Amino acid sequence: MALLEIEPFRLLIFLGGLIAFAALNAAYLVWLERKVAAHIQCRIGPKEVGPFGLLQPLVDGIKLMSKQLLVPGGVDPVLFKVAPLLVLVPAVMSFVTIPFGENLAARNIDLGLLMIFAFASVNVLGLLLGGWGSANKYAVISAARAVSQNVAYEIPMLITVITMIMVTHTMNLNEIVKQQEGMFWHWYLFRLSANPLMFVSFLIFFVCSLAETNRAPFDLGEAESELIAGFHTEYSGMGFGVFFMGEYANIVIGCSLATVLFLGGWQSPIGVASGWWWFLLKVYTLIFCVMWIRWTYPRTTLWGLLNLSWKVLIPISLFNLLLTGATIKLWSFFMGAA
Amino acid sequence: MNDLACSPNQETFVINLGPQHPATHGVLRVKLTMDGEYIVHAEPVLGYIHRMHEKMGENRTWAQFMPNTGRLDYLGALSYNHGYALVVERAAGIEVPERAEYIRVITVELNRIASHLLWYGAFVLDLGGFTPLLYAFDDREHILDLLESVTGSRLTFCYFRFGGVYNDIDDNFITGTRAFIKRLRSRLPDYHNLVTKNVILINRLKDVGMISAEMCRRYGATGPVLRGSGVCYDVRKNEPYSVYPELNFDIPVYGECDSMARYMVRMDEIEQSLRIIEQGLDKLPEGPVMAEKAPKIIKPPVGDYYAAVEAARGTFGIRVVSDGTNTPYRLKLRSPTFSNLSLYGEACQGMLLADALALMGSLDLVIPEIDR
Repeated sequence: MALLEIEPFRLLIFLGGLIAFAALNAAYLVWLERKVAAHIQCRIGPKEVGPFGLLQPLVDGIKLMSKQLLVPGGVDPVLFKVAPLLVLVPAVMSFVTIPFGENLAARNIDLGLLMIFAFASVNVLGLLLGGWGSANKYAVISAARAVSQNVAYEIPMLITVITMIMVTHTMNLNEIVKQQEGMFWHWYLFRLSANPLMFVSFLIFFVCSLAETNRAPFDLGEAESELIAGFHTEYSGMGFGVFFMGEYANIVIGCSLATVLFLGGWQSPIGVASGWWWFLLKVYTLIFCVMWIRWTYPRTTLWGLLNLSWKVLIPISLFNLLLTGATIKLWSFFMGAA
Repeated sequence: MNDLACSPNQETFVINLGPQHPATHGVLRVKLTMDGEYIVHAEPVLGYIHRMHEKMGENRTWAQFMPNTGRLDYLGALSYNHGYALVVERAAGIEVPERAEYIRVITVELNRIASHLLWYGAFVLDLGGFTPLLYAFDDREHILDLLESVTGSRLTFCYFRFGGVYNDIDDNFITGTRAFIKRLRSRLPDYHNLVTKNVILINRLKDVGMISAEMCRRYGATGPVLRGSGVCYDVRKNEPYSVYPELNFDIPVYGECDSMARYMVRMDEIEQSLRIIEQGLDKLPEGPVMAEKAPKIIKPPVGDYYAAVEAARGTFGIRVVSDGTNTPYRLKLRSPTFSNLSLYGEACQGMLLADALALMGSLDLVIPEIDR
């Protein structure tokens, strides 16, 4: 612990730790995804490489890295190479403010929530540039889809987050977790006194984070039966691998945020033995749900997706915002009177 | 390539859907002229796996062409065996024993279910749902095992002979088929709960991909495509052959004309086929499975003959012209998906790319049968 107090060491340890965490997550979430998919589909999944196929991600990584970095003719060479990094780097950067445990955050920033959303908006730029730079019509269509999708879903997501900020009075993620101390009904998900529509908020947030990370049933950007592989059609080897790592890192970020905002972060549901293990348990449960959804539902269409956002989620989240404001006002009125 | 997509003075662009594309399920190529995500014009380009089956028929004896029929529509091969056997039997005047007729109907209907199951999986896969494919393949595997035990093959069947079938079915097949009927009946509700009632699927299929009965008539579309447009036409009922008149079954018809109607027709047909198989097994008579008087060398009298069967994808018609020798003079195959695909260009005009692919999936295309 003493080492963590010294600033340069602290930085190095957290830098290494976060990169390792992001990389391991990307590798093992692919493995988990394949296993979950397999069991949902009455199959076994990877089993040959190592026990339960646990070494499969390693072998996949070696395969991807040993592949030639093919840059097709006619592409914009700079954009083509920068795009995957534009997806991965912001996702890894977002980990900086995630509070894994009480004192286990790389940086305890007061505007942590804002920072994550700022980085999340860069992600879509990577998809757009990748699609545009690929000089492939499927990729261009996919990039256009990804942009309209991200714009549409950031709005209800941010409105929902604003309601949460109104309730929590802070954008410091660690602070938000600390406010949810105690038994599980202290979690914001169950704080119906703060906002009677808390479950709806959570649902909107979760659906939007699915859409933001381009996960099924909102994976319009890489709808394989329509656009082959969408924006990463022309990518091979590590270019593709980095896109994938970015996608999984974004899923982890989305689920971590949902955990922090609604499910009490590293707080234990029974009030004792709080710690990073609870955080990871909650995050991976949510990630499992994300995978479960992907392997159960068919894909929506772009129109259906945009309609859902503009006609359903945005009005509901606006109403939610109004209701939260009214509830806060009402409480302070009664408290003030008492 | 990017020039077309980006140049400012060009409002439309062309994309090639295929010949290698995940949604075309084979080597079909569709040239799409797009305005953004809307389709302005679609032109199916055929011929990538043309094998000249009709010409091959003119160069080999009547019996030697039988294996070719199993390679047209490899997902419902037995129906094509059946069509060819029917037309030659009609031409040569060969009587088929009753037991053989029942075995034909039972195996053809099993094959129809297998074909519909595969379509179901592939169709939902086109819509982005991966899991139902595996469930459907699991059930289809049982059918293939059953059919393998009597026909010896799993995909490109060559089971029928002029005058009967080549192998009698045994008790194992009968008990296995009964067990399968029970199994599939318990699985179908799962299919409906998981997929048919799914709100995303309903939104994608309802009122999307309209194909009117009038359009079906113009292009000669048959099978579930026609029955999804409200026209009750099924060769098994309208021009009965084999022992279908003795069996009790319904023809599912939906009048909505959309992709959902075609989906529902096929799902209901699975249930009807189960009924047919069940009755066939109950009524299965004893006796030979091959006509005793069936000639070894077929030389149908001079003439022009036609037979049609209801294959899984529609009416499979086959016309043969005999000049009295041991090879056909002319052999013409009328395959259902060729007509069903022909209407695609008109039907998908003005649609969104995603909907057009759902429409293509609902046509149940098998490319080797289009390019024969």
